[in-house]
Amino acid sequence: MNQIEILRFALRGLLANKMRSALTTLGILIGVAAVIMLVAVGEGSSQSIQQNIQRLGANTLTISPSFSGGGGGGMRVPAGGGGGGNTGPRTQARDLSLADAKALTDRTLAPSVKSVSPVVNASSTTAAYGAASHAISQFVGTYPSYFEAVNKPVAQGTYFFNDDVLAARKVVVLGRTVVAELFGTVDPIGKQISVSGVPFTVVGVLKEAGSTGMQDADDVAVAPLPAVQQSLSGFGSLGQIVVQATGAEATTAAQAEVTAILNQRHGITNNNPDYRVLNQATLQETVSAATGTFTVLLGAVAAISLLVGGIGITNIMLVTVTERTREIGIRKAIGAPRGAILGQFLMEATLLSLVGGLSGVLVAFVGTRFTVAGIEPVLVPSSVVLALGVSLGIGLFFGSYPANRAAKLRPIQALRHE
Amino acid sequence: MTTAEPRVVRPVPVLRVRDLVKEYGEGDAKVRALRGISLDVERGDYVAIMGASGSGKSTLMNILGCLDVPTSGTYLIDGADVGRLNEHQLAILRNRRVGFVFQSFNLIPRMSALANVELPLVYGGVGLAERRERALAALEQVGLTDRVHHEPNQLSGGQQQRVAVARALVTAPALLLADEPTGNLDTASTGDVLEIMDRLSASGRTIVLITHEDDVAAHAKRVIRLVDGEIVEDRRRAPVDGPPPRTPEKDPERDGVATR
Repeated sequence: MNQIEILRFALRGLLANKMRSALTTLGILIGVAAVIMLVAVGEGSSQSIQQNIQRLGANTLTISPSFSGGGGGGMRVPAGGGGGGNTGPRTQARDLSLADAKALTDRTLAPSVKSVSPVVNASSTTAAYGAASHAISQFVGTYPSYFEAVNKPVAQGTYFFNDDVLAARKVVVLGRTVVAELFGTVDPIGKQISVSGVPFTVVGVLKEAGSTGMQDADDVAVAPLPAVQQSLSGFGSLGQIVVQATGAEATTAAQAEVTAILNQRHGITNNNPDYRVLNQATLQETVSAATGTFTVLLGAVAAISLLVGGIGITNIMLVTVTERTREIGIRKAIGAPRGAILGQFLMEATLLSLVGGLSGVLVAFVGTRFTVAGIEPVLVPSSVVLALGVSLGIGLFFGSYPANRAAKLRPIQALRHE
Repeated sequence: MTTAEPRVVRPVPVLRVRDLVKEYGEGDAKVRALRGISLDVERGDYVAIMGASGSGKSTLMNILGCLDVPTSGTYLIDGADVGRLNEHQLAILRNRRVGFVFQSFNLIPRMSALANVELPLVYGGVGLAERRERALAALEQVGLTDRVHHEPNQLSGGQQQRVAVARALVTAPALLLADEPTGNLDTASTGDVLEIMDRLSASGRTIVLITHEDDVAAHAKRVIRLVDGEIVEDRRRAPVDGPPPRTPEKDPERDGVATR
């Protein structure tokens, strides 16, 4: 009595009731496919969220003013004010200034900082080229390092350079949406657009970033900081300071250094600073923890359906054993050892779950090629292994009870069974 | 181990039964199906056990075939004490030492005659080529060479019983047990099966069969009568070593069927 004989008996047993075997297999198929696909959808959404965060910039800290504390909110303080002036409770909040930005570039105080880009945002700017006009949602004045820090590479033309900043040249790099609105199919490089009446020369076009949630990341224009200040926003405070750390591991160190410098410059001793530091890495961790929970939840729901499929196997195997009790009796009467009977029914259960599991994997492979509810599912190999393993285990576990019952029967009991 | 014993030891009877008792139920509902059966069956004997229904003959047969266990008493098959065997050894004994023919044939449905006959060899661990050869030989012995690929539901009752006999024979068992093998058959098929039994007995096979028909019992060398679970008569009709006593008036009809 070898394994091949047992396999042959099992196959014969299953094929004797094709419909029943197929339906039982379907139960496992759905369970396995559900586990793999839901985990893939969870993983896909998690990855797309992480990509969106990463698209905002790699290893960057975004410092923005915060007026939540202190009494002097909004009061403008001349740039370059000395540090340490304020001790005790803060009475006034200071805006971020160009001098703050310059202070952050200090190599000794902030060794983890790679670049610092002061940012001003011009509000309600309307760009026009010929007859076409477009309200740019985000018109940014900054330094060239900004492009790298916030991950906005130029696809066409060039960036502007430090010379342009020093000379306050009115050049601009446009996002895709702006180009499409103003130029259509015309090559925008070298053309002059007017932004709220001020002429700017287009030198480059940003690579398409895609929309990040509500905001169109391509509806943007980037120009040298002094040019924007001169013509659009005025020489006031900065909207943001974008700090790029030297590496992914350095972001936390960079945050500490930046905080120390700004606390000193703004005279903050308590835990109520007049600025906010947004750390991409921290954000990413938080979000991935949240999406991880989401994936586990989906997986748990799918696991229940796998369990239900397993109970289906038990049910069918119990029916099979009852129905074939006489046959079991005959087999025992002609000398089938207990192991052979046990093996046959265990093999039947295992085959059911294995075939169901494999076709479930197949269905999941096909299913994950489609976009589900706007999310591109990402197949997680471990979920495939797990689902297959669990389905096999279910076959063995849930099949062992009926199989044991069959094997334990005394021949005469089994033969008398009607 | 049962398998290690040589078959040629003459003094050991194929079957030795001592004080076999089987009781069903408990308390007031207790039924004593067998009340102390003792008998020996020599190698080459052909024994018919007769009795009315309820006399315990089927119970005895099931115990002898290791399908059931006695309440008390011992019995040895081919020298092996069945009561001392574990489950695995019992399976081997059923497989190699005993061939069992049932009244209701008990072939496995949806399996060809050949596959049915091969089955004991499969469980006995015989290789593919050898078991095919032996199964075909056994089917030839019962005259079913042209029906090997038919499934049980495509065969007549007599043919099914002949397949069952072939299945019981294929492992060359020391003991062939038949529980009313002709009980469900018409006269012609009964003749076929009994002719096969006679031939097997003539070739030296040990046979124990159950019947309540005198015609069937007339084929046996020895007739044992059971009443209420006890042996009341043990009559030898022919010597153990001789040929089985045939019933002459049945011969022409039987031969006509057999040579069909």
